[in-house]
Amino acid sequence: MLLLRNLRPGGRHGIAEGESRDAIGYAVAAINRLARSDLLDRWGLRRQAEQAVFTITRGGFRTATTAGRVFGRAGRRGRGGQRAVRPPARGVFDLSPTEDEQMLVDVVTELAAEVIRPAAADADAACAAPAGVLKAANEIGLPLLGVPESLGGISEERAVMAGTLVAEALAKGDLGLAVAALAPGAVATAVATWGTDEQQQTYLPAFTGDDVPAAALALTEPRPLFDALDPRTTARRDGADLVLDGVKSLVPRGAEAELFVVGARLDGSNVLVLVESSAAGMSVEAEPAMGVRAASLTTLVLEGVRVPESNILGVLDGTPGHAYAECVRLSRLAWCALSVGVGQAVLDHVTPYVKEREAFGEPIAHRQSVAFMVADIATELQAMRLLTWKAAARAAAGNDFSREVGLARTLCADKGMRIGLDGVQLLGGHGFVKEHPVERWYRDLRAIGIIEGGVLV
Amino acid sequence: MAISLDDPKKLTGLRDQAHQVAMNMLRPISRKYDRAEHDYPQELDLLAAMIDGLSESGASNGAGAAGVKRDHPENDGDDGRVRNGANLASVLGIAEMCWGDVGLLLSLPRQGLGNSAIASVGTAEQQQRFGDVWASMAITEPDTGSDSARIRTTAVLDGDEYVLNGEKIFVTSGERSDAVVVWATLDKDLGRAAIKSFVVPKGTPGMTVERLEHKLGIRASDTATIRLESCRIPAENLLGSPEIDAGQGFAGAMATFDNTRPLVAAMAVGCAQAALDLTRDLLARAGVVIDYDRPAVTQSAAAARFLQMEGDWEAARLLMLQAAWLADNRKANAMEASMAKAKAGRMASDVTLSCVELCGAVGYAEGELLEKWARDSKILDIFEGTQQIQQLIIARRVLGLSSAELR
Repeated sequence: MLLLRNLRPGGRHGIAEGESRDAIGYAVAAINRLARSDLLDRWGLRRQAEQAVFTITRGGFRTATTAGRVFGRAGRRGRGGQRAVRPPARGVFDLSPTEDEQMLVDVVTELAAEVIRPAAADADAACAAPAGVLKAANEIGLPLLGVPESLGGISEERAVMAGTLVAEALAKGDLGLAVAALAPGAVATAVATWGTDEQQQTYLPAFTGDDVPAAALALTEPRPLFDALDPRTTARRDGADLVLDGVKSLVPRGAEAELFVVGARLDGSNVLVLVESSAAGMSVEAEPAMGVRAASLTTLVLEGVRVPESNILGVLDGTPGHAYAECVRLSRLAWCALSVGVGQAVLDHVTPYVKEREAFGEPIAHRQSVAFMVADIATELQAMRLLTWKAAARAAAGNDFSREVGLARTLCADKGMRIGLDGVQLLGGHGFVKEHPVERWYRDLRAIGIIEGGVLV
Repeated sequence: MAISLDDPKKLTGLRDQAHQVAMNMLRPISRKYDRAEHDYPQELDLLAAMIDGLSESGASNGAGAAGVKRDHPENDGDDGRVRNGANLASVLGIAEMCWGDVGLLLSLPRQGLGNSAIASVGTAEQQQRFGDVWASMAITEPDTGSDSARIRTTAVLDGDEYVLNGEKIFVTSGERSDAVVVWATLDKDLGRAAIKSFVVPKGTPGMTVERLEHKLGIRASDTATIRLESCRIPAENLLGSPEIDAGQGFAGAMATFDNTRPLVAAMAVGCAQAALDLTRDLLARAGVVIDYDRPAVTQSAAAARFLQMEGDWEAARLLMLQAAWLADNRKANAMEASMAKAKAGRMASDVTLSCVELCGAVGYAEGELLEKWARDSKILDIFEGTQQIQQLIIARRVLGLSSAELR
């Protein structure tokens, strides 16, 4: 009985295992199932637009990954790749960005305000980033931010701080679009940071050229209490190949990505593996979520996927698992920066609103219960920013930053969520409807602390 | 210029020195003066002499408890553009000293909040004249707390003297200090602009110290009531300008707070760090592992709680450093000073009370100092402007509202 099996409780439709259905329950469920049948759609009982979204975004519609381009092998296997230099630490407490960083932030801030914000609502609804936005992001060189000059990138130094400031500025426009725009850069940054000469020569030219491929850093897996340092995706050696099996979740732009960096467990340590989308055994499924929808989130399924063993990143960098752990931390850092950007967007939106909105004969901002919420948003937001910057500055200087990024992530997840909640609350009913962006920021801010990978600084 | 939020390299020596002083001088007598509430901690005289000596020798910029000092440009140039100066030195030093004991730090001779007021609003001549004076600070009155614009103590010019009348409460180190900086109004009808601060030396006829309070915490610090009855002081003891400048409003006297609030934030940061350090150790001995790389939800509830607290602590500390850095670099910091105090004040209460909870009976009993820190921390969310006053200040700045619009 296919129907009964589908109706059984246990993790579907939010029903816990402990629930049981009686006869009436099954009857109601069956009617509900009929109501959802595609037959209704064929009879034209649903609006066209609604159906389009439904078909694109519902789960269970799995396809092969995109065929993608051929990355011509180049460079020398086993030879260390190039590495960006570390800016020297001066030992001075300073909150001023460098001139180069400030210039970059100014450009990105303009992009966020002029291009990204206006496109955000539609991109959220469509679960896709408009080509124009991605093109604009590529034109200002976002995918190359983590690639050193010698490899065709932008910066001479390891640009962790610049990446952090850029992520913050972009997310002030929109988080989903920021993730979509930064996704290829995450892969390019990983190759630049941990790649061998062969990996860099093979993969980076595509990112420094005009036609930047979609690409994704896939670390999250779909299970409760997921720990990025304990991936269930496995890699095993078979001759000169690695064979990968597992499922990755909430992968940005997975359906169009031509190159993935996949986290997996190999011989008791964690590795990052370059996987081209054309590899056999890869499939991708739309996985729309609560927020970050413009990033076209997907589930990536790997079934017996074969890649050369030389596709492991970071084999020459420290102990096994070192590159993977650093990657997880730097990705969390990027998410912290994104949360700061969204938090700033909330603060900038509620500030004029509470001054204009009147109740009981005066602006609601004149009431302490309202004003104090705004004060707390401003205070906690600045705290999130400073802690994120501290972690970023330590990472940029090559210092251990595991403590700082761990604390920043905890703070940004907690306080970011609080800012999302209060942002909606301050607008009342108007915050709950899509007339204002605060409901989107509420959904987006919940991603911090949950999604691993996708972005990297 | 490049962003970096690690402690400044040139101040780590001072910070570590203050830590050693706190550990070896303050901690051993911490419980003693918590119990003997009104006894004078004589050990502090030696410590104060040592701090004076260090300052004199130039070996130490502030030696950890100097309060606010004006910058000495020749010491503060770093790379010619960014200063890491006296304000950063003060908050770092004070945090370490309060890791030792908040009440004892407040009792340190010649390091009172009144000294901060003199440094903030006094003229160069006054700073010179009162340089060696231990000055406490008298603002609060029996009927006026947070609303300090409504103080009733009056100052009337009579010849070349001011005559002060009124009653002040909650004067920290009021009994032990050499002088009291008293807030009084030149003209009740002229509101905030007429409020000025006056240095009243101890022994001035008409000033009496009436009573020492019994308190929840910081019991090592004496808290006095001071009565002023036709108390005459030289006119040149009015700090700053005697002009009543309506345009400047409250700004003159209130400028003291921009400088003292980061210091109170530093006290909260230090007190909370004491609780966190001990709790981390006690939890480790109980087998609790705290891992910064693993999601909090995959760790024990105690570890998850600790991570949340440490994140809040680090955040408050960075807000504190930001406020001090802005002051060092001559940038406006009123809002950031309030942010630092608001965040640090509520953080310290949460952290110290949570540490008592995590450590159970060990935390609650007097055998350890955790219960003491949970009592000491409460005042830090109250004096120099309560949590709610800080929220008002921040909200007015963020929203661009006047004190008439957002009351």
